[in-house]
Amino acid sequence: MVEATEMKAANHDTNSPAGEQRASERANILARVREALSVAAPADHGEAAAASSIPAVLPAVGATFEDHVALFQKNAVELRAEFKVVNDASDLVAELKRLAAEAGWRQVATHRGELTDAVCPALGLPTVTAKSGADKRELERCDAGITECDALVAQTGSVVVTSRSAGGRALSVLPPHHVVLARREALVAGLPDAFALLRVRYAANYPSMISFITGPSRTGDIERILVLGAHGPKRLTVLLLATPP
Amino acid sequence: MSAPAVQFHHDADRLATDLRHRELVHTALSKYEVKRDEMKARFQDWQGARALAAATKRKAISQLDRHLEQLARGLEARGTKVHWASNGRQACAIIVGIIKARNARLVVKSKAMTAEEIHLNEALEHAGFEVVETDLGEFIVQLRGEAPYHIVFPAMHLVRGEIRDTFATKLHDAPSDNPEELTMVARRVLRQKYVEADVGITGANFAVAETGMVSVTENEGNARLTAALPKTMITLLGIEKIVPRLEDLALFLPMLATVGAGQLISGYNTMYGGPRQPGEADGPEEFHVVLLDNNRTALLADAEQREALHCIRCGACLNVCPIFRNVGGHTYGTTYPGPIGGVITPHLRGLQDWKHLSYASSLCGACTEACPVKIDLHHHLLQNRRNSAAAKPSWWQKTAFKFFVPVANRRGLWKLVTRGGRLGQRLHPLIKGSRLDPAYCWTKTRELPPVAKQTFKEWWRQRK
Repeated sequence: MVEATEMKAANHDTNSPAGEQRASERANILARVREALSVAAPADHGEAAAASSIPAVLPAVGATFEDHVALFQKNAVELRAEFKVVNDASDLVAELKRLAAEAGWRQVATHRGELTDAVCPALGLPTVTAKSGADKRELERCDAGITECDALVAQTGSVVVTSRSAGGRALSVLPPHHVVLARREALVAGLPDAFALLRVRYAANYPSMISFITGPSRTGDIERILVLGAHGPKRLTVLLLATPP
Repeated sequence: MSAPAVQFHHDADRLATDLRHRELVHTALSKYEVKRDEMKARFQDWQGARALAAATKRKAISQLDRHLEQLARGLEARGTKVHWASNGRQACAIIVGIIKARNARLVVKSKAMTAEEIHLNEALEHAGFEVVETDLGEFIVQLRGEAPYHIVFPAMHLVRGEIRDTFATKLHDAPSDNPEELTMVARRVLRQKYVEADVGITGANFAVAETGMVSVTENEGNARLTAALPKTMITLLGIEKIVPRLEDLALFLPMLATVGAGQLISGYNTMYGGPRQPGEADGPEEFHVVLLDNNRTALLADAEQREALHCIRCGACLNVCPIFRNVGGHTYGTTYPGPIGGVITPHLRGLQDWKHLSYASSLCGACTEACPVKIDLHHHLLQNRRNSAAAKPSWWQKTAFKFFVPVANRRGLWKLVTRGGRLGQRLHPLIKGSRLDPAYCWTKTRELPPVAKQTFKEWWRQRK
């Protein structure tokens, strides 16, 4: 009788027994971890003493803005991404128009932002704006996704976007061509600088996604032969604005 | 011998003499080796990076309880549901439960070795869901009904013609055997699946305790799409994936890519901390993180081998291992092949059944040298040998030593046996390599070294 009542209760409220189990497994695992750690591991192989700082071991980055532009450019070539430094907002519009004409864009996707708002309307193309409730199928049909970014990393040629600053999660990966608009101050030297920048900008409340994008989507899963555009964008274009808009 | 040991020896015998297989592995890995060394050379101090990575992982694991609690708190603060699973069965039940509650049917999945470890796909299919692997290599091996061959390159054992045939049979779409065209077939098929799927499942390469995030490394963008389009996102990861601080990723992401794939950094490295937040355009409504123990705490309890939990699953030790390169990934019969598999599988799945993997090593130490987090792999293989022999001594080794010890201790007997050996070797060709040969295991593929014509003592006496 008691059992039947319990089963009935379980049927009515599926959350509570699952919740209880969750809580107990959490306790079990943590208890096993603590028990295991009560015996200390043998001394390390001298790593702690030898360890220096992360920036000192990573690839060298150079000191000036020009060094970083050159390094980003070198990495972009290697990654088969396109990178261009433009002087001002009107050059940025001209560059976008050139890309649109060259690739025959019919529809683009973007998001609300200071830079995107300043240049995207000038394209004169039908534009899907990534916002709450936007249709993912419509986004999939766009020829290009134009986003802002949080940082460009010279050391690795990476573009840092977040779900807050670059129109959510799908915009930077679903359309076949991703165009990144970057401000001068977005270009940082190395990966540690990019993480430091993210911390300063978001530490109080991180976005739900932070993505380091390095080159167009790629795969080597068939005979280790490089193919671009495995699932994400086949083309990645990074446009760096040398002066404020 | 345990059943896995019998299977291992059988498959190893076959593949070690398969020249086509050897050629395939050689071709795939030689390109990787060139790029890996090129990327390593770009680091200002690769050995310093290894030391730093090892020290960071040691710190992460030595306070694992605190780090896990911190991770869970951070994730939960952003609305993530954190689940804890002591074993694979529990993890599968949790994931099946989440999907059932959403009335979902189609699940897209990006590459996750932990999912292979707990046989998640079987569990999901058994529960009636369609599961689609989205990583190209995983997609190919899934279509073929095979296990991944390598933890980083799942379809490394296949040539383009085989992949074309697989696509032709399973997808009825194989324009040619050109890798680019084949990739585009997969792109078309999978694009539809992303848009239709109700649930996306990913693995994770790291978990950042400090900020409550999981970090997913990939090249194709398939994990990005898996985490962007379905309404429910589930991430399954082992509890050992912890790094303490967000900045630690600045070290681990390029190291993983360098030794894992010969890239300075992988195409997409993405940190997820929660479901879609207020003000964000899209993303899943629900985010579930499943933390898996599955005997990792048993390995943690072995203080001597605890550092095996520092592993970041880069596959570097597989790629340099002369045994892996000769017997291939499937021979191991484990989720994690190669040297790291030989070290951890006995902990995850039972020492006596899997001790034979500790002998699948020439103890050359190439794995230890390749490991980016400095796990002393070949010594851990020796420790597994020692532990397995201590727990269950082998009767034939005991018997052999019972005979050897008295012989070695008596000069007369020793003399007799060495003379006998010389005579025996003259007669040996009669049975050499046949089943009658007591040294069969050795002589079927190798020559025995000749016993010396005279002993040192005899020579010394003669010399005077």
